[in-house]
Amino acid sequence: MTIVSVITFAMLGAGVLLALVRLALGPSLLDRVVATDALLVIISAGLAVYAALTRNPTVVPVLVVVSLLGFVGTVSVARYIGGMLVESADDGQDVGLPPAVETLGAAEPGKGGRP
Amino acid sequence: MNDVDSVADVVAMACLLLGAFLCLTAGLGLLRFPDVLSRMHAGTKPQTAGVLLIMVGGAIRLSGWSVTWMLLLVAVFQLLTAPVSAHMVSRIAYRRRHVRRDRLLVDELGSRAGGPRGDEPADGDAQTGR
Repeated sequence: MTIVSVITFAMLGAGVLLALVRLALGPSLLDRVVATDALLVIISAGLAVYAALTRNPTVVPVLVVVSLLGFVGTVSVARYIGGMLVESADDGQDVGLPPAVETLGAAEPGKGGRP
Repeated sequence: MNDVDSVADVVAMACLLLGAFLCLTAGLGLLRFPDVLSRMHAGTKPQTAGVLLIMVGGAIRLSGWSVTWMLLLVAVFQLLTAPVSAHMVSRIAYRRRHVRRDRLLVDELGSRAGGPRGDEPADGDAQTGR
C-alpha cells in the first residue's frame, strides 16, 4: 500500500517535473500551452490518486473544476494566438509575430524562414 | 491509509499505477519529442488514457454513487475536450509553421493549388486570407 503510493506519486511527480522543464525550455508559445495543459491534467490525476489512496472524497469536486479550467485555458490561449495570426494576414503572410524558431533554425538567417 | 482488502483494491491499485505511468510517459514525450505536433500527441493521448485509468481506480476505491458520477463526469469531459484543444493547438501550429516538414510523411494541407503555404484560415475565405 505504502509502496504503491510512493511509486505512483513518484511517477506523477516525475511527469510534472518533465512538463515543467518543457514549460521553461519550450521554444514557442504553443509548446508552453501544450505543457501547461499536460501539467494541469497531471495535477488533477495526482489529486484523484490522493483521493483514491486515502479513500477521502473531499477533493473530487476540485477535479471537475481543474479539468474545466485546463480546457478553457488551452482553448483561449490558442484562439488568442490564432487571432493575432488572422488579424495580420492581409496578404496571406503572418506579420504579427516573429517567425517560428524551428523555421528560423531550418532556413538561412536573414530571410525569416519564409518559403 | 487503509490496507488492501480485496481483489477490487488490487485492480484499483493496478489502474492507479498504470495511469501514473502513462502520465510519466506524457511528461517524457513532452520533453523528448521534436516539434509541437508530436509533443501534443504525447501530451494529450497517453494522458487521456492515464486520467481514465486513474478515474476507474478512484471509482473502485471510493465507494458512493455521487463520487462515482463525479469521476465519470471528469472522464467524459476529458474525452470530449482533449480532441478539441488538440485540434485548435495543431491548427495554429500548422499556420505558425511550428511543424517540422522534414518529419511529415503526408502534408495534405500543403498540396493545394496555390502552393504549400498552409497559413490560410480554415474557416475563412481562401482568396483574401480571412
